[in-house]
Amino acid sequence: MNKTNKTPLFHVAKRGALPWYKAWAIRGAALLLALVLCGVITSLVTGEDPIAVYGAIWKGSFGTPRKIWVLLQNIAMLLCVSLAVTPAFRMRCWNLGAEGQALIGGLACAACMITLPGKLPNWAIIVCMIVASLLAGAVWAGIPAFFKARYNTNETLFTLMMNYVATQLVAFFCVVWESPKGSGTIGIINQKTEIGWLPQFPSQKYLLNVLIVAVLCVLVYIYLNYSKHGYEIAVVGESERTARYVGIKVEKVIVRTMLLSGAICGLAGLLLVGSTNHTLTPTIVDGRGFTAVMVSWLAKFNPIWMILTSFLLVFLGRGAGEIATKFGLNRSFGDILTGIILFCIIGSEFFINYEIKFTRGAGKEG
Amino acid sequence: MDNKIAAVTMRNITKRFGPTLANDKVWLNIYRGEILALLGENGSGKTTLMNMLSGIYFPDEGEIAIDGKPVVIRSPKDAFAFGIGMIHQHFKLVDVLTATENIILGLEGKLDLKAAAKKIREICDTYGFEVDPDQKIYDMSVSQKQTVEIVKVLYRGADILILDEPTAVLTPQETDKLFAVLRNMRDAGKAIVIITHKMHEVESLSDRVAVLRHGQFIGDMPTKSTNAQEMTNMMVGHPVVLNIDRPEPLDPMPRIEVKNLTVRDVEGTVKLDDVSFTANSGEILGIAGISGSGQKELLEAIAGLQPVEKGSIEYIHDDGRREQLLGKDPFAIQEMGVALSFVPEDRLGMGLVGNMDLGNNMMLRSYRKGKSPFTNRKAPYKLAHQMVDFLEISTPSVETPVRRLSGGNVQKVLVGREIANAPSVLLTAYAVRGLDINSSYLIYDTINSQKMRGVAVLYVGEDLDVLLELCDRILVLCGGKVSGIVPGRGAKKRDVGMMMTKLGGKDDE
Repeated sequence: MNKTNKTPLFHVAKRGALPWYKAWAIRGAALLLALVLCGVITSLVTGEDPIAVYGAIWKGSFGTPRKIWVLLQNIAMLLCVSLAVTPAFRMRCWNLGAEGQALIGGLACAACMITLPGKLPNWAIIVCMIVASLLAGAVWAGIPAFFKARYNTNETLFTLMMNYVATQLVAFFCVVWESPKGSGTIGIINQKTEIGWLPQFPSQKYLLNVLIVAVLCVLVYIYLNYSKHGYEIAVVGESERTARYVGIKVEKVIVRTMLLSGAICGLAGLLLVGSTNHTLTPTIVDGRGFTAVMVSWLAKFNPIWMILTSFLLVFLGRGAGEIATKFGLNRSFGDILTGIILFCIIGSEFFINYEIKFTRGAGKEG
Repeated sequence: MDNKIAAVTMRNITKRFGPTLANDKVWLNIYRGEILALLGENGSGKTTLMNMLSGIYFPDEGEIAIDGKPVVIRSPKDAFAFGIGMIHQHFKLVDVLTATENIILGLEGKLDLKAAAKKIREICDTYGFEVDPDQKIYDMSVSQKQTVEIVKVLYRGADILILDEPTAVLTPQETDKLFAVLRNMRDAGKAIVIITHKMHEVESLSDRVAVLRHGQFIGDMPTKSTNAQEMTNMMVGHPVVLNIDRPEPLDPMPRIEVKNLTVRDVEGTVKLDDVSFTANSGEILGIAGISGSGQKELLEAIAGLQPVEKGSIEYIHDDGRREQLLGKDPFAIQEMGVALSFVPEDRLGMGLVGNMDLGNNMMLRSYRKGKSPFTNRKAPYKLAHQMVDFLEISTPSVETPVRRLSGGNVQKVLVGREIANAPSVLLTAYAVRGLDINSSYLIYDTINSQKMRGVAVLYVGEDLDVLLELCDRILVLCGGKVSGIVPGRGAKKRDVGMMMTKLGGKDDE
């Protein structure tokens, strides 16, 4: 019972509120540390000059005007899906079905583009595409929301499983609508007539998407932070009992928010099929539904910060691709670097919330 | 007492949480064979100090000595090795396991449930506990769970026990039982520290008191040589009047009429059985009863949060119009023009949102106002500022999340918001639970001023002394039934206590 202990070298204590500039200094230091770590590992493992590798990562995103536009397009699409999941996340409703909701929106859009030409004028087809995509995404999210509100099912598993249904549906229709016959893929839809293609700014193929998502970002920010709906979402997310106590109809808020979440995913599908790719494949959303989870979390569900986090993830992803081709390294090496950087950034939050206090006279027998 | 070696000596202990100084150079001695009452207002650093002793926090400065030898306590495991055990306000038990399983959980060595159960029975016999080692935790009452926590600590060989507000959740009878056990343990030579706000408990139980104020050690003395008034003054830092006002009701009129109310919970257990009463305007109707006698269900039924099997709850407007409240949710009741305010028992889980700041919490009641799809954010923040001034809420700012405030200040935020609504009916559940004396009296004053405004107040309380001093009438619940309604003036504590445990309170003996 009378054993002695060494005084610990340090102990961890919770910080009070940290001024914003200090918090950002910590985050900046984390990024710097990540870059140094990546450099060391690159030299050790591959023998390449880390500066050259960094240069390649940079060039992967900013090397040519075209690459810049591709970067912007990728940010826009990732941000769009992230904006979609954020209202649900603020409600602590883990919508992991963004992938499927966007895909089903794309399917609805493609269906309009393929089946409607000849029956309706072009503008009406575009209106149909918009309505159908948003509706399809909303329904895909609405089904799990209904069951959650009504029977308290687990939305994480439910939305996740809906992804596979959506993928299989798209795979099925890719065969139904295959062109040319026997290829098993749809190919470019209405390549000659360009019916149902969303209008493009001359020579700026991606500008429309970027603008739409920028406006959407501001709208979602305002909706979440200043509207009555946004306030209800926050209250339901924090405490359902408090929400009921002030007479908020929790079930209604859950369904309403998930419908919105799904509809924005549907919009992402519309932009991917109707504006960018003009085709449909089961992999057209490209995992953004899951990357969006990270974007949203890293930005603490703040739509404006999400611009930064989606940029970071897309930038790192494209850099990884670039060094893979340029240095003949495996693409996985780029992913290793991305992992290191994310680890440092997420890890830095610990030092923002906690401080390490070194004990005076440490190491002495106590 | 000074020639004894202290079981625990804390010297110059300082602990900071960010900019707040929770403990400021505190000195404290704890002796064996003695019950020490640690007193202080909410947020004065009592729990923090004890948490450092039990290894949950590590002090920024200062040192701790056990039996005169300096020690370092880095974790609860270290604390146990030194024989220190703490019983927290919130129990840390696994519901689906038995008492024995919980008690040996985490201990190293061979798993021998039979031997453990035998040792537990021995501990119980020594000190007079009543625990069935094979009972599952979910089958236990609050007081039984607390007993398991205490036995757990003793099982691990603790001889320095710290209890953080152990009586907050107990009935008067259970409290007496606990105190008897604590006295047995003291006589067996254990050192006991008890944190409490209730003065009569301090006086009846403790041998010595130590007072903290704003994180600083103010002083200690033998309980015999002091009194409630002096201790309160030391805690607060200035003289306080320990009297509760009870003005005569002004022109009481029936406001809420409850008839034949029956409520079952989800499992189908009857929680309220044929309850009928009338609450008048300008009057405080106290609701007494052993905890779990249907108080929560009664208030929540009136507030529109509790499904009801049968009965009626009518609101009587000033012009005599009667409207049914049953079957309406809180929003619908508000829409009817009934200003009904409710201070629920679970402040952060139901009345407030812990992660939101003061302004946003004020907004909970008012955010729907106006046709605009956007919220008006200025008015609630203005209200929050007024509340901070009016109720002396101590908070860094109105942008601070309420979960960061101490219990008393959280309650002030909640009560403040509910009375800002200009209610005609005010429902309060355990309005002063966990609050220090100063805050408690502020809440009593606030409730009284609402009564004088003509509000019908329903006051669910656990402290019979306060109910008898504050309320105009007292409704006593017993097992979900109305055991009786007595006038507050002149009622005897013993009679009300009898009614709580037995319908009608008739003495058969």
